[in-house]
Amino acid sequence: MSALLEVNNLKVRVEDREILHGLTLTVNKGQVHAIMGPNGSGKSTLSHVIAGKPGYEVTDGEILFEGEDLLAMEPDERAAKGVFLAFQYPVEIPGVATMNFLRTALNAQRKARGEGEMSTPDFLKKVREVCTRLNIPQDMLKRGVNVGFSGGEKKRNEVLQMALFEPSLCILDEMDSGLDIDALRIAADGVNALRTPDRGFVVITHYQRLLNYIIPDVVHVMSNGRVVKSGGKELALELEESGYAQFEDKAA
Amino acid sequence: MNVALLKPAPERVPNDLFADARSRLPGTGPVADLRAASFADFAARGLPHRRIEEWKYTDLRALLGQVAPLAAAPDEAALARAKAALAKLDVTGTARFVLVDGVFAAELSDAPAAGVTLRRLSAVLEDETNTVRADLLRTNATGDVMVAFNAALATDGVVIGVADGAKPEKPLHIVHVATQSAVSIATRSFLQLGKNAQATLVESFVTADGAHDYQTHDAVVIWLGDDAVLEHVRLVEDAHDAANISTAIVTLGAKTRFNTFSITTGAHVSRYQAFVRFNGEEAHASINGINLLKERQHGDATLVLDHAVPNCDSREEFRAVVDDSARSVFQGRINVHPDAQKTDAKMMTRALLLSDEAEADNKPELEIFADDVTCGHGATTGALDDSLLFYLRARGLPEKEAQAMLIQAFVGEAIETIADDSLREAAETAAERWLKARS
Repeated sequence: MSALLEVNNLKVRVEDREILHGLTLTVNKGQVHAIMGPNGSGKSTLSHVIAGKPGYEVTDGEILFEGEDLLAMEPDERAAKGVFLAFQYPVEIPGVATMNFLRTALNAQRKARGEGEMSTPDFLKKVREVCTRLNIPQDMLKRGVNVGFSGGEKKRNEVLQMALFEPSLCILDEMDSGLDIDALRIAADGVNALRTPDRGFVVITHYQRLLNYIIPDVVHVMSNGRVVKSGGKELALELEESGYAQFEDKAA
Repeated sequence: MNVALLKPAPERVPNDLFADARSRLPGTGPVADLRAASFADFAARGLPHRRIEEWKYTDLRALLGQVAPLAAAPDEAALARAKAALAKLDVTGTARFVLVDGVFAAELSDAPAAGVTLRRLSAVLEDETNTVRADLLRTNATGDVMVAFNAALATDGVVIGVADGAKPEKPLHIVHVATQSAVSIATRSFLQLGKNAQATLVESFVTADGAHDYQTHDAVVIWLGDDAVLEHVRLVEDAHDAANISTAIVTLGAKTRFNTFSITTGAHVSRYQAFVRFNGEEAHASINGINLLKERQHGDATLVLDHAVPNCDSREEFRAVVDDSARSVFQGRINVHPDAQKTDAKMMTRALLLSDEAEADNKPELEIFADDVTCGHGATTGALDDSLLFYLRARGLPEKEAQAMLIQAFVGEAIETIADDSLREAAETAAERWLKARS
């Protein structure tokens, strides 16, 4: 198994506060890694830094994606290389029709990779196919991006993009937040359908519940900006029983 | 600062401007008298400046310096250049009435459809059998000094009538083409819709290749008879060193529908002032527009609504996209008269600032003398939303493309209010052209 994502001794600051204090993590192709941890442990910061969100200062360490220095790339270059962040709170973009957005984004990624534009029939066919699988009404795509979507619809729209763009690394930031059990199941099924030997996942979650639907290969516990424990999927269940307090004590 | 400069300086209006132009201004007797009185009014007040409240943000004295001499009537070469400019218009499928350098060009214009009458303003003003012809130049309703200037110097225009119940299929399209440089072009046009009539009016302001630094001074006077419906679109695409000072004076009859949209991408200095008066009950006016400004452009939209009768409603939304060190001005005034109960008036402005030096000024004013009304106004001014930009970039859009997509969305929402498909597309094209020139 070859490494897809390697995070080595990553230290990150926001303004004057250090959030990540030397985080190390390796995700291989074909693996699903879950990152669990209490609020404020730095889980979302990690996802934002991998995707290239402005406002974070990396003071030490590195992030390699398929061996390349990810931190040297613009957010759109990372997307074109195959990094996908499913947002915890997908934004609403009034005035930009979802269909137009999907097509522009897909073609921008293809262009950056030196591939030609996807033809309209191929694009429509693909969208239709994914929509059917994710139970997304086509009407939704005529509306502004996420405008007036329910929490479940927004998350499904993220999974739809994941399926369309076919990234090699998917980071799911608190995908379960704000979802009822049915919406969660649909979104998780969408993710599971994308699991392939070439693709890696980082599933960030506060609760164990999501991991009943997306079964991880590795579970990491984050506390105070570091990975404090790693283990198999049974670690998540253990956490459900005993909570995060033990790790917070250890880190303190 | 030199205080003397702030005082009105009527001497900066070249007195020979009117004297030089007089011989070729159509109309004798009462028309000539009215022109002389209008010019005297203008000469006494001079170009408006920042100490005149209505012109506070658009100091024409500072922006224009002075008015340029009146353009000569276009010659054959000018008409040929105008024709070339017409061939490039985005708006097609309309009945075009073309004014070149302020003079109606019959050879470039279409014939009016059935139910539509068309006359040149100059011909009406010279028709001595018409005892009320001078009324066409009266300006007392607005009291605005630039409307007085326009009355003094308007060389021509079109006077359009749509008969009761007539519904001309093609939009009526007044096209202003400038072919000369360093001149003033003054026009005044009229549109009267009969009862139950339905029409679309388009006004385009364009430049022939090679024309620079001119000043357009236009006025359009519109009346809607009871139950009439008017869609109105104006596109200001003048040369980037030109000025466009335009006034619309609109009177709405009972149960009328008036939907107007103005898009300004051109002109170094522009001011669009619309005076809309509700004269009959149960009328509805929707007044929208957008300024797209860059470099050192200055664009002003000033709307004055008079709710003079009960049970009417008005909706205003003006947007602005301002880049570089450009400046957008919105002034919206709503007057609700004592009898105008059940008035429902809403006014909104949204400005998108794309640079640190860009500026948007908003001045809403509500003057309400009735006690049973709904009136509101709101304004937002801000930069592109960082969280939206990041979302788009995380999906693969390079920075410029992500910005363009968000600007287009902001513009598109405004343009959506244009009912006619082809006119909406023409406005979109104008906006896209602006956006492309930016990146």
